[in-house]
Amino acid sequence: MNLNRYASPSTFYPLAGRLVPAFAVLAAALVAVGLYIGFFVAPTDFQQGEGYRIIFIHVPAAWMSMFIYLVMAFWSAIGLAWNTRLSFMMTRALAPTGALFTFLALWTGAFWGKPMWGAWWVWDARLTSELILLFLYVGYMALQAAIDDPRRADRAGALLNLVGVVNVPVIYFSVVWWNTLHQGASVSLTRAPSMAHTMLWGMLVMALAAWFYTLAVALVRVRTLILERERRAQWVRQMEHDA
Amino acid sequence: MPSASRADDALALTAAGLACERGERRLFEGLDFALAAGEALLVVGGNGHGKTSLLRILSGLSLPAAGEVRWRGAPIRAARERYGRAMAYLGHADGLKADLTPLENLRFAAALRGRALDDAAARHALDRVALARCAELPARALSFGQRRRVALAALTLADAALWILDEPLAGLDAQGVGMVQGLLDAHLAAGGLAVVTTHQSLVLDACAPRTLRVGPC
Amino acid sequence: MLSFVCTIVRREILLAARRRGDWLTAQFFFVIVASLFPLGIGAEPETLRAIGPGVVWVAALLAALLSLDRLFADDHRDGALEPLMLAPYPHALLAFGKALAHWIVSGLPLIVIAPVLGLQFDLPPEALLALIASLALGTPILSLLGGIGAALTLGLRGGGVLLALLILPFYVPVLIFGTGAVGGVLAGTGAEANLSLMGALLALTLPLAPWACAQALNVSLE
Repeated sequence: MNLNRYASPSTFYPLAGRLVPAFAVLAAALVAVGLYIGFFVAPTDFQQGEGYRIIFIHVPAAWMSMFIYLVMAFWSAIGLAWNTRLSFMMTRALAPTGALFTFLALWTGAFWGKPMWGAWWVWDARLTSELILLFLYVGYMALQAAIDDPRRADRAGALLNLVGVVNVPVIYFSVVWWNTLHQGASVSLTRAPSMAHTMLWGMLVMALAAWFYTLAVALVRVRTLILERERRAQWVRQMEHDA
Repeated sequence: MPSASRADDALALTAAGLACERGERRLFEGLDFALAAGEALLVVGGNGHGKTSLLRILSGLSLPAAGEVRWRGAPIRAARERYGRAMAYLGHADGLKADLTPLENLRFAAALRGRALDDAAARHALDRVALARCAELPARALSFGQRRRVALAALTLADAALWILDEPLAGLDAQGVGMVQGLLDAHLAAGGLAVVTTHQSLVLDACAPRTLRVGPC
Repeated sequence: MLSFVCTIVRREILLAARRRGDWLTAQFFFVIVASLFPLGIGAEPETLRAIGPGVVWVAALLAALLSLDRLFADDHRDGALEPLMLAPYPHALLAFGKALAHWIVSGLPLIVIAPVLGLQFDLPPEALLALIASLALGTPILSLLGGIGAALTLGLRGGGVLLALLILPFYVPVLIFGTGAVGGVLAGTGAEANLSLMGALLALTLPLAPWACAQALNVSLE
């Protein structure tokens, strides 16, 4: 299959259209399986009782929030190197979902922390890094929103994304460093219950579900972006005419 | 007739297949021209048709959506620094810092091009544009036309073979217009090249400028 | 190439000297922001010492951000940015020159004023020394990273607030190492670890940030 063929919006559009329902169904199925494992199959934790089960949402959300930022950076790099419009659209389409997962990770982190350690928010290294990641996502979306010219918006956002991705390890390291300096923050969400196999499987399945959900939603957004950007192109006009 | 290899090195600005997009509109496409030493190109077209965009592409500030600009045979993207030395660009804004005097502005403009400028040369340049009296005033005290003339003085000091001027006559009185035409004449007579946009008519003694119309596709 | 950088720096200093009022206002902003915290939190000696390093550093961040907004915007408005971009030198050199000029005009004063503020927070001399050292290493990083944000947000409506939103996450490591250095001295563990981390960050930022800033300028001016 010649992948280059799909670099053009006009060929990618119908492909995305066929993929969206498939990914959506997969995501729904996997969520069902994952939640079943998480809530019925995985054993009660020795230390934390039933409340720990929120990690089946918290951990996959946190993984996805990081992973999506990396995928965005990948598309940003491709877009800047080869000047392909579709790559920039993928980055744009992924951002809101990434921000959503970051937000979800933060809230579920809070819901986990409250019954366990009595505080709605702990300045744990991981949660604090998630918070900063949320700022990075919001910054990206704010920059895109502030620029009217689509070409400049694409490239500025991509550049910001790449600068962000280079900084993320530095930021994470500095936050971990900061956390060790201030011994007051003795609670740590990283000290999760030692993982039984089923727990790990549950989280992996949920993560996979989240990934397919992301793909489905991102592809829907890309299709909208394509229609918006290419609205003067012949094939779009033809589609409107046929409809 | 010069041989092909020597012709490549000769002062020449060529554009091939230039296209420009602003936002999502294609302003123009398929633009070609070739300009040789001593020639002037007059770019005409209605407002918003891409004259300024074309000049920004020619100067290297913007990237064309398609096509290529070559200076002395080499693409300007590849030889940006050499092109920067050979070319002087005057845009809509005069590029003067309001808090600095014309003399200071001229000195910094020259320094940014890597050239030292002594006081005498700077004052002489200001004299040529009839601004000797205002040399020590902060630029914000000057009128729009006077600031344009300082920018023109910087142009004469730039020692550039190619002048790219966007509306050089805007805001100038009849005397100012005559001055610009005189400066262009002298520049072209010395073997320089010029690309100029203007809404007013430009009369040059050196040669009749070629006209390039920029319009909707 | 060196002369190009020197020209940029000289021009920025001359412009700042012509607008001394603006420059002084920015320094007073630094002092006012730092003074707000004891008013809001409390002025007991232990509290002051605990919050001192953090407050001075946060105030320094905000003061740096305040002047970053105009780094390229003033020249862009005048039309003076185009000759800078068209000058026969690499764009990264322009970015470096601007960051250096920003540091000299806005960063150095912070380093000079900070010890005085530190006294307000009852910091001992060794801590003040660490504060100066951390700012000396950190403020260049603020200028270099801030330049990227200024270039990306050139001419946009959001202006300074958008710039702050974009750049503050990247300032977090600088803040952590800076306050960590002073905190280390206060806790008795010394400032070397944090200062070396800050130094490493500066060494990383110095070559990379001007390049990124140049790319951002190209994107914004196309």
